[in-house]
Amino acid sequence: MEIPFNVKERPDTGLYNGKLGVWFFLASEVMLFGGLFSAYIFLRNGVEYWPHGTDYLDVPLATLNTLFLISSSVTMVMSWASLKLNDFKKFKLYCGVTLLFALAFLVVKYFEYSAKFAHDPPYLPSTNNFLGIYFTMTGLHVLHILGGMLVIGYYFGPGSKMWNTEPERFTNRIEIVGLYWHFVDLVWIFLFPVLYLL
Amino acid sequence: MSDNHHHQSFWTKYIWSTDHKVIGIQYAITSLLWLLIGFGLMAIMRYQLAYPGTPVPFIGNFLGEGGILPAEMYNSLGAMHGTIMIFLGVVPLAFGAFGNYFVPLQIGAVDMAFPKLNAASYWTYFLGSVIMVTGFFVPGGAANSGWTSYPPLATTATMGQTVWLWGMVMLITSSLLGSVNILVTVIQLRAEGMTWMKLPIFVWTQFITAFLLLLAFPPLEAAAVLQLMDRIIDTSFFMPTGLVVSGEVLPNAGGGSPLLWQHLFWFLAHPEVYVLILPAFGIVTEVIANNTRKPIKGYKSLVYAMIFLGFMSFIVWAHHMYLTGMGTTIGAFFQTTTMIISIPSVVILTALLLSLWGGSIRFNTPMLFALGFLPMFGIGGLTGLPLGLAAADIYLHDTYYVIGHFHYVVAPGTIFALFAGIYYWFPKITGKRTNETLGKLHFFTSFVCMNGVFMPMFITGLAGVSRRLWDGGESYAHAAGVFQLNEFMSIFAWLLGVSQLFFIANMIISLRSKKTGEINPWNATTVDWTDTSSPPLGHGNFETVPTIYRGPYEYSVPGAKSDYLPQSNKG
Ligand code: HEM
Ligand SMILES: [Cu+2]
Repeated sequence: MEIPFNVKERPDTGLYNGKLGVWFFLASEVMLFGGLFSAYIFLRNGVEYWPHGTDYLDVPLATLNTLFLISSSVTMVMSWASLKLNDFKKFKLYCGVTLLFALAFLVVKYFEYSAKFAHDPPYLPSTNNFLGIYFTMTGLHVLHILGGMLVIGYYFGPGSKMWNTEPERFTNRIEIVGLYWHFVDLVWIFLFPVLYLL
Repeated sequence: MSDNHHHQSFWTKYIWSTDHKVIGIQYAITSLLWLLIGFGLMAIMRYQLAYPGTPVPFIGNFLGEGGILPAEMYNSLGAMHGTIMIFLGVVPLAFGAFGNYFVPLQIGAVDMAFPKLNAASYWTYFLGSVIMVTGFFVPGGAANSGWTSYPPLATTATMGQTVWLWGMVMLITSSLLGSVNILVTVIQLRAEGMTWMKLPIFVWTQFITAFLLLLAFPPLEAAAVLQLMDRIIDTSFFMPTGLVVSGEVLPNAGGGSPLLWQHLFWFLAHPEVYVLILPAFGIVTEVIANNTRKPIKGYKSLVYAMIFLGFMSFIVWAHHMYLTGMGTTIGAFFQTTTMIISIPSVVILTALLLSLWGGSIRFNTPMLFALGFLPMFGIGGLTGLPLGLAAADIYLHDTYYVIGHFHYVVAPGTIFALFAGIYYWFPKITGKRTNETLGKLHFFTSFVCMNGVFMPMFITGLAGVSRRLWDGGESYAHAAGVFQLNEFMSIFAWLLGVSQLFFIANMIISLRSKKTGEINPWNATTVDWTDTSSPPLGHGNFETVPTIYRGPYEYSVPGAKSDYLPQSNKG
């Protein structure tokens, strides 16, 4: 039994199921991070003194990370576009580069975190609410990056076999993963100024 | 994708199934069991409330010293009763079971849009619910800070609270998967001709419910993560500076706010009450239209009222927080929105009442439950109004009046509607009929008992008796005049439990009876009845996928040959 509009678009909505599904999923993600950003504002307004991001955080490293993520978003689009152009080799290339950028992001994040823990006295989530919310939000974001890498890695590796049997479906999958990846990127674009610069 | 033609093992067919109907039934059985367990917890508490400090018969030895229910355990039972009833019982039954089974059938779809995610949603729910109750077996017992889990109480509570939070995270994930599925299914998989204004009201209610779950639950997930951080790695998101617990200042850095939790919690939990009530509206509408043999009055007003209700439910949450000191300006805003949101509820109730007017009503079991729903929901809704006004709420907040209010909406309200749905669709799911005598006995006894349990709560509440008291108010002078009512309510609660034996017996007897061979015993118009066999075919639902030509409630159309015209009837 085949579910209708799994691959092809439904004429009156112009969408295939997966794409609509991922949009709804992202709407819920907006609410998740929205809740956390609201918590940030609420906590910050509730106290007299709130540290400046630069008191604790490393802006140059975060800027570098911003570049990594934006680039990864670009290569993600390119990998999807390559499939649209029927160029599977290019897809592999761009997909691989996306993974590398994501990995670079994680490495930088690793150095950032460990610098905090190694500081004397250590900067821990329990030190104050600024650090608490910083670790929570960036931590959740890192989890989203990891989840994305897992899926992208799957379609880069074993999952890419689908290209030979169902190319259109495979292209759709990459489009969906791409939408998610851009969202994760976007979250960072908000996190960066809010946590590091304000 | 497997279909029914070749042999499938028991496991693939009933356990790891991706067929929305099987998943719907999995949800139904699991959630009904949870309702029973949630009820059982409450039945124990009611003993302590009626006869404080006396040993509980039969099970006393398992509870505590001398057979008396200890106060800490009373708190656990209370918190878990609320949690189980709402998150493991009513919502999975109303949305997971009914939504899964009937939304695809009513819109003429072969399955949900994402069958595998659908199964994943059930299994995360199952896992989450198991995690929830493992709390009973950890040191200190299950969560004991109320179903609302307010910090700092919850932050400093025993380990059960951590378990509760992890369980919650699982349940939220499950509800996310389920709601995305329903939304995409309704938007993408409507059969040809099934335009938005031809959707049965039941589908509309599930659709709006899915939106509420999708958007309201994530902030609670955020809140749960923050509370987990507070509990596990000592952050202070919800912990104010210099909090003193048992005479000692907590070592936390402080600077946090317990109010933050309440905002995040109620941002979910108010929409959640509409998650509890919307599917009930949907079921009741189907049953009423079918049994009055008349079109529903004001189909469009119903739809618009429900959409409006959905939107408004996101901006009323702080009416649960009038007494927190959040400020009168904010209070005034939320009073206004709360009064506004009552309007669509009244529209819906009025439309349903008017639909009864002039109908030749068939008083079968589902209809009785649907008719019972209307005044019960009416009482629940009307008693909400004084709570929505800050001045009155100062007096009523955290009293038994509030307990009476929300139980009227959820218990003789939503749960009656769910029973109506079970009796109404039982022939569809099984191809068999339920026993009318047992059904009517079930209705009338439940109706009397429900009122016997919840009506006195308004009286004790107005006398000022607080909720969540271990001794039922025995030690408070102001409760002396109404304390006797506790025993009265407890007796009706236990009788209510006994009344459910009619339901259980009915289910068992009916399941063992022979198939009737009728496809559409109620002469209904929607395609779940007219275009599939009863029970429906295996995976795939329809012999030929229907095309839709008519609105959902074309009953007694003048000049028509029969008194109902199926939605798929071209004629
Ligand atoms: C129709 C109009 C309604 C109004 C104006 C209303 C208003 C309120 C208000 C102001 C409170 C807070 C009372 C307090 O804590 O002092 C409350 C509590 C509650 N309401 Fe309603 N309500 C309405 C309908 C509903 C419905 C339809 C449901 C569920 C299906 C519901 C479920 C609840 C629950 C569960 C609580 C208590 C939560 C708790 O504190 O544990 N209400 N209601
Ligand atoms: Cu509310």
